[in-house]
Amino acid sequence: MSVRLEARLWWAQRVTAAFLAFFVAVHLATMIYAVRGGLTAAEILARTHGNAAWGLFYTLFVFAAAIHGAIGLRTIAAEWLGWRGTPANAAVALVALLLALLGLRAVAAVVIP
Amino acid sequence: MKRARSHPGWWAFIVHRVSGIALALFLPAHFLALGTALSGGARLDEFLRWTDRPLVKAAEWILVMLLAAHLAGGLRLLALEFLPWRDWQKSLAALAAGFALAAGLVFALAR
Repeated sequence: MSVRLEARLWWAQRVTAAFLAFFVAVHLATMIYAVRGGLTAAEILARTHGNAAWGLFYTLFVFAAAIHGAIGLRTIAAEWLGWRGTPANAAVALVALLLALLGLRAVAAVVIP
Repeated sequence: MKRARSHPGWWAFIVHRVSGIALALFLPAHFLALGTALSGGARLDEFLRWTDRPLVKAAEWILVMLLAAHLAGGLRLLALEFLPWRDWQKSLAALAAGFALAAGLVFALAR
C-alpha cells in the first residue's frame, strides 16, 4: 500500500465530495421541480437539448460521481471485504472508467439534439 | 460494538456507507435509462411510463432519500474533518437526518 496513493485518493474523495455537494443540491432541486405533474421525455429533452450549460454541469457531475463512487467502493472493499492491493485497485479503476463512459453517454443522449 | 451502536456517530457512518453503496449500484441503471434517449424520445417515454408503477415510485422515493442522506452526511463529514467545531457532531447528524427526510417528503409530494 503506497502512502502517497492513499493520500492522493483521500484528497480526491474530499475534493469530489465538495463539488458533488453543489451538483447534488442542484440535481435534487431540479428533480423536485421536474417531477411535478409527471415526467415526459419531451419535457426533459426540451430543457436539456442543445443546452451547453446543462451539458457542462452534467459532464462535471458524471466525472465527480465516477471518481467519488469508485474511491468509496475501494474503501468499503478494503474495510469490509479485506480486498486490497493491485487487483482491487485495478477493479476500482475499471468501475470509475465504466461509470464515466456510461455517464457521458447519458449526457450526450439528453444534451445533443 | 453494542455501545458504539448507541452513538449517533455510528448511525451516521452506517447510513452514509449503505446509501453510498446503493447510489453506486443505482448509477449505471440511471445512466442506461437516460441513454435510451439516444434512439429518440419515444424510448425514453416508454421507460418513464414504466416508472409510474407504485413500486418503482416507492423505490425512486427511497433513492431520493438516500441521495439526500448521503449529501447531508457527506457535508457533516467535511465539516468534521475541515472545520474546528467538533462539539456539533450530534447536531450535524440530526440535521443530516432531518434534511434527508425533508427532501424525501418534498419529492414524494411533488411526484
